[in-house]
Amino acid sequence: MSARHPCTGGGGIAARPVTLELNGQHRSLDVEPWTTLLDLLRERLGLTGTKKGCDHGQCGACTVLVDGKRINACLALAVMCDGKRVTTIEGLARGDQLHPMQAAFVSHDAFQCGYCTPGQICSAVGLVAEGRAQGRDDIREQMSGNICRCGAYPNILAAIEEAAPQTRAWLEEGER
Amino acid sequence: MTPSTSPMGQPLDRVDGPLKVTGQARYAAEFEIPGLLYGSVVNGTIARGRVIAIDSTAAEAVPGVRLVLTHENRPPIASYDEPYEDEDAAEGSPFRPLYNDRVLYSGQPLALVVAESLEAARHAASLVRIEYEAEPHQTDLALVRDHAHPAPGEVPSRGHFEDAYRGAALQVEHQYGTPIEHHNPMEPHASTVHYQPGGELLIHDKTQGVQNCMQYVEKVFGLQGKVRVCAPFVGGAFGSGLRPQYQLPLAVMAALRLKRSVRVELKRQQMFTFGYRPRTLQRLAIGASPNGQLEALFHGSLGQTSRFEDFTEHEVEWSGALYACDNVKLEYELGSLDVYTPLDMRAPGAAVGVYALEMAMDEVAYAAAIDPLQLRLRNYTDINGNQGKPYSSKELRACYEQGAERFGWSRRPLEPRSLREGRELIGWGMATGVWEAMQMPASAKACLESDGRLVVSSATADIGTGTYTAMTQIAADALGLPVDKVEFRLGDSALPKAPLEGGSATVSSVGSAVSRACASLRQHILDAAQQTPASPFTGASLDDVSFENGELISRRDPQARVSLAQVIQTSGTLEAEARAEPGEERKKWATGTHSAVFAEVRVDEALGTVRVTRVVSAVAAGRVVNPKTAANQITGGVVWGIGMALQEETWTDHRLGRFMNHNLAEYHVPVNADVHDIEVFFVEEEDSVVNDLGSKGVGEIGIVGVAAAIANAIYHATGKRVRDLPITPDKLI
Ligand code: FES
Ligand code: FES
Repeated sequence: MSARHPCTGGGGIAARPVTLELNGQHRSLDVEPWTTLLDLLRERLGLTGTKKGCDHGQCGACTVLVDGKRINACLALAVMCDGKRVTTIEGLARGDQLHPMQAAFVSHDAFQCGYCTPGQICSAVGLVAEGRAQGRDDIREQMSGNICRCGAYPNILAAIEEAAPQTRAWLEEGER
Repeated sequence: MTPSTSPMGQPLDRVDGPLKVTGQARYAAEFEIPGLLYGSVVNGTIARGRVIAIDSTAAEAVPGVRLVLTHENRPPIASYDEPYEDEDAAEGSPFRPLYNDRVLYSGQPLALVVAESLEAARHAASLVRIEYEAEPHQTDLALVRDHAHPAPGEVPSRGHFEDAYRGAALQVEHQYGTPIEHHNPMEPHASTVHYQPGGELLIHDKTQGVQNCMQYVEKVFGLQGKVRVCAPFVGGAFGSGLRPQYQLPLAVMAALRLKRSVRVELKRQQMFTFGYRPRTLQRLAIGASPNGQLEALFHGSLGQTSRFEDFTEHEVEWSGALYACDNVKLEYELGSLDVYTPLDMRAPGAAVGVYALEMAMDEVAYAAAIDPLQLRLRNYTDINGNQGKPYSSKELRACYEQGAERFGWSRRPLEPRSLREGRELIGWGMATGVWEAMQMPASAKACLESDGRLVVSSATADIGTGTYTAMTQIAADALGLPVDKVEFRLGDSALPKAPLEGGSATVSSVGSAVSRACASLRQHILDAAQQTPASPFTGASLDDVSFENGELISRRDPQARVSLAQVIQTSGTLEAEARAEPGEERKKWATGTHSAVFAEVRVDEALGTVRVTRVVSAVAAGRVVNPKTAANQITGGVVWGIGMALQEETWTDHRLGRFMNHNLAEYHVPVNADVHDIEVFFVEEEDSVVNDLGSKGVGEIGIVGVAAAIANAIYHATGKRVRDLPITPDKLI
């Protein structure tokens, strides 16, 4: 009976052990099977850079990189990420040095309110890592899972176009 | 004289940019508090009636649940209307969450489940059972036309419309419709109430007015002097944060009852359970001479409202202001329905009213067989006919000319269906945009800190509008400091009084206050500099000195200079607070922002799909503080215009009195692939009347006219006039 009742995070009756490499750090956690990756990040780990816009896979605000691929954290249960490498917006910069995609978003003013921004940036980085982002129409299409209600799309496009080559270099550096 | 190093008018990167791209900017639901409880709202499912019983047994049995709050066990709240009337309240009796057993609209919050975890709260909320006594409801505006009542407030009219219309050579009369739309900012509304040991409340709320929310909570709960509301970052609002939304009082109720900190974050579906852009049914009748000179104009609109408040916006006034016409009749009525009260949404009133006007103007142009831009120029005026006053500035003619030039308008054939490429019909359309240029009283404080940094503050908001950046530039300019030596603080009810962040009035209102506070700080700095022995500034007035690159410099002897850091070392921190309000001079003038919008569409004839391939928006908005952030605002407005023209519509199932598409998969907003080339630029416009800065706002003007330009382009492409928005494929095939 109690297994069907969500209760306090961590150490609850139904909690399962989960191991993540989160933003380069090894984390071992006890997580209830019904907790989404998004709620784990935001509510338990204080990583609120990943946003909740719909909780239904319809807006992209919660986009994070799992093993380098972009996913909607609201549609992933935390337990599904056991043993995986999770990168959130907080894990993109190297110390004080902004990731080229972050820097391009600032210089192109690719946002207004900033709420969709972490998801846009993670999505853009994932896009480049997947070898996509070839040309404007491709970027527009591939970025269409990330809604920006402020309507900063043209600047988002310009930022991604500019930062794509540097992002490739940055990714290669990271692998070395 | 603004020194050459002035940051005014520079395309400065957003000062809050680094926080936003690294995920460090914290929004209302993101403040961590030890022992925080989570609230999940239970919404009603009938449109009208009474709650008979609420069964919360199953919800209470869920481990971790601390409280199920309903109208029966809530803490005491005010029983008169006045405490609920916020700064943006409509006329009537404001909605009171959990007040009693009455159900006024579908989606009304009827209970709040509070638990130790988000998951427990959400799950338990799904177990609350509510029994109703339903009453017949009405949610269809078209069916209450005969019972409409005049909207409160006067709408201007002039001349004799009926006679002039009857005598006009050209008569164009049509009906236009716009649907319900929802703001849907990406950040859902949320309130985090931090319950302090002494019972005071520190609240992080998603709002466009921290002081508005503070006063609301103080008055509704009798907590005078015990409430502070903060909103340093707001994840979009577009008007949805102009009034306190229901998650705020619900979170406060739970915090007071449990003496614990509580967060209530709405789900996306719940973002459809409060304010929205109202549906309108409009009619325009325009009489003109054979060459298109306007002789008579009627614009009537029926807007929807709730049964408890009369929501009004300026829908028809624009038709009496934009063009020269001697005989104008305007009418504005409301139909009361079993719905929640509408709420200002980006360019409230103008977005829908100017849409109808500008499509009607296109129809007049075709009736007169003249170019639509020529028609606008033929009826151009520098006087606001509603007020009988000249505009303090109106560079709309420059917008038309330069916009047309960049778009290539002169190459446009007049005939519809004359451009085609493959299976796509191509159309070009244009429209005029107009918005107010308001100024509200506002205060600001400027403080030169002992480390030489300037800290300026006001209780305003930055909802993505660039307030942090623009205010930083205004302050840095006033004191001749580099922008990285200036910090602007906002979004805290404890800061100097600011109006609601809305109506494109923030630069005008708060910017003027910042400029004044900095001006009096300049005097303090000069005074302090004169205190030093053998000061080169003895006897100097502010006119005799300049502030440049962090220094105070004598104009008479440029060698006589002292750094502000030095001044402050001897004087200690210097501070000035100032209030700015609209000047007397403004009363003699009409004020406004204007734009000309040109759009190109490509319509797939077989599928009825429309792509907006090109938009040029030329804007006259006075002096632009930051062209980068301002252009971004306008671009956002254009994107909203694309959504309004082609996609956005909240559908109601009138049998149930309920919204059907309350999510982002079915309520369509533009995504990246829907947006193609958008070119935005500002024309030169000088204005010494509008406020000290000569700046008008840019938050609203970007959307106004866009839907009409697109709809007119679709007519030009296809020869089909679709007068009811949005223009979805089914209406084109
Ligand atoms: S929050 Fe995950 S897609 Fe919207
Ligand atoms: S920046 Fe506000 S939603 Fe994209």
